[in-house]
Amino acid sequence: MASYRGFDYLEIDTLFNEEERLVRQTARQFVEQKVIPVIKECYNEGRFPKDLIPQMAGLGFLGANLEGYGCAGMSNVEYGLIMQELERGDSGLRSFVSVQGALVMYPIFAYGSESQKQKWLPRLQSGEAIGCFGLTEPGFGSNPGGMTTRAEERGAEWILNGEKTWITNGTVADVAIVWARTSGGIRGFLVERGTPGFTSSDIHGKLSMRASVTSSLVLSDCRIPAANLLPEAIGLKAALGCLSQARFGIGWGVLGAAMDCLETARQYTVMRKQFDDRPIASHQLVQEKLAWMATEITKGQLLAIQCGRLKDKKKLLPAHISMLKRNNVAMALECARLSRDLLGANGIIDDYPIMRHMCNLETVKTYEGTDHIHTLVIGERVTGVPAYK
Amino acid sequence: MKIIVALKQVPARDSQLKVAPSGKWIDESDLTFEINEPDAYALEEALQLKEKHGGEVIVLCAGPERAASSIREALAKGADRAIHIEEDDLGAYDTLALARVLAKAAETEKPDLVLTGLQSDDLGSGQTGVVMAELMGLPHATIIMQVELAGAGLRVKRELEDGWFQFAGMPLPALLTIQSGINKLRYATLMGIKKAKSKEIRRLTAADLGVPPRSTVTVAGIFAPPRMKQTQILDGSPREAAAKLVEKLKFEARVI
Repeated sequence: MASYRGFDYLEIDTLFNEEERLVRQTARQFVEQKVIPVIKECYNEGRFPKDLIPQMAGLGFLGANLEGYGCAGMSNVEYGLIMQELERGDSGLRSFVSVQGALVMYPIFAYGSESQKQKWLPRLQSGEAIGCFGLTEPGFGSNPGGMTTRAEERGAEWILNGEKTWITNGTVADVAIVWARTSGGIRGFLVERGTPGFTSSDIHGKLSMRASVTSSLVLSDCRIPAANLLPEAIGLKAALGCLSQARFGIGWGVLGAAMDCLETARQYTVMRKQFDDRPIASHQLVQEKLAWMATEITKGQLLAIQCGRLKDKKKLLPAHISMLKRNNVAMALECARLSRDLLGANGIIDDYPIMRHMCNLETVKTYEGTDHIHTLVIGERVTGVPAYK
Repeated sequence: MKIIVALKQVPARDSQLKVAPSGKWIDESDLTFEINEPDAYALEEALQLKEKHGGEVIVLCAGPERAASSIREALAKGADRAIHIEEDDLGAYDTLALARVLAKAAETEKPDLVLTGLQSDDLGSGQTGVVMAELMGLPHATIIMQVELAGAGLRVKRELEDGWFQFAGMPLPALLTIQSGINKLRYATLMGIKKAKSKEIRRLTAADLGVPPRSTVTVAGIFAPPRMKQTQILDGSPREAAAKLVEKLKFEARVI
């Protein structure tokens, strides 16, 4: 079978420079050679492919768009292309890299003290340490500002109490970025594995993101040194700043899943014959679905590239990212559903990646700001009127 | 050790080739290009030798402007600098003309070792490296599966036929043509890609080297091999016919 070449209907490649294409090639080859051969089994067994961590770290995938501390210093477009290729492999793998880079390394990089950066960033970049991000609570998802986790300052310590859930990498993390309410508002803290009063457990029964670790964290009179407060992580907007980084990666990542679905459906419908021994790709109803996917993926690519270029110029707004995340995730999910349809019964079998992508994308639609919440962010930007309540 | 790796950019291996309207070359407009596979192994071998013994790896590539992306990839993987002989219609070059250009550029560097793939995935003549060695007056060995430094020279392993190998000692400087599979190819890391941006690529033309791009070969035309269908009736008893069929499947069709 021909090797995977992504999807490029509109000479989108001419919008990328040589380095960007080279970065994509590295990520694409890595996924083709190391991820595709193992991911089906990992997904079926509900296991994260942790052997891939040192390899991804060695290639520079972790915290790739950060500068210094061993990070690769990639542009945001290059970072986006890495996410795209990783998610072509599996959303769970991309989630791991997103969380490590955008939700753990980024807040330490952006809000941490120099000694916190020196301590954690090189270890997180090399994959020697793994991190997780604790914002969501059982009672507070779309409305994180209502969080009930509290932190009290007592002498040279902070005492944390509360519960966090839907935490990617929770049980495998060496350090958790935990957001908690203090007398001075919401703040971000570094909570290290093994700290008394800090426990984590995995969420079982997931029918989506099965190749990813998802956990709950419990903080029960958990005492951490005052030095573990992230000095610049002040207010909910600091937490949302991390989510903007991660959502940007998602907006690119899902393009990879969508391309994989389209390419799978395209190959299948060209080979599969029904009625007079003709390929089903010759039927108009089939072509309509393929044409829709081709068009929407192309539009999604343009959206992602423009957001990437804006981000590199430091002009990308959270409301822009909402459009990128919302549009591309919904589009990718629809591509997965249409592709499943085109493969008929074969579409539900794990010989093909489609059903796995589809199940994963249901999660992606919800996490990091639900489709609905991003709609309201765009609505507020367009009208000037917030409509959250 | 100063090592030159001569590499070529070729259409990606599973490309669907179409004849260009001129009828004299393939239509390159929809193609993606990559480093010729055996050359990629030659590069990897050079990088490993450098890691073991120190020195410098210089990429040498003759090809149109687009070949710069393969040169950049080689630099991202760890080559130190590159020489790009920028010529547009190398498709019309014959091996001798191409080897003259490469040899001339390589000579100016006075390398200890020149590595290249044993053949190119597009034209596949398997001659460029060997002719280069002759032009440069260097000893050479082909289809190399292993390279080791031995005293002031090299010990190499050549692939012969039927699972046989030959070990040979040779002096330096030398030229080797490398077989695919000799080592494990590395990826270009993101850090390597970033570093490659500031590495030197010297751009030359054949004329700069004083080697006019004069080809002794003219391409009259290219065409896809015509599909041929042959039917043979195997006569005799079913037992005899079956035996003949098995023989043909084994030795002519080579499918069993």
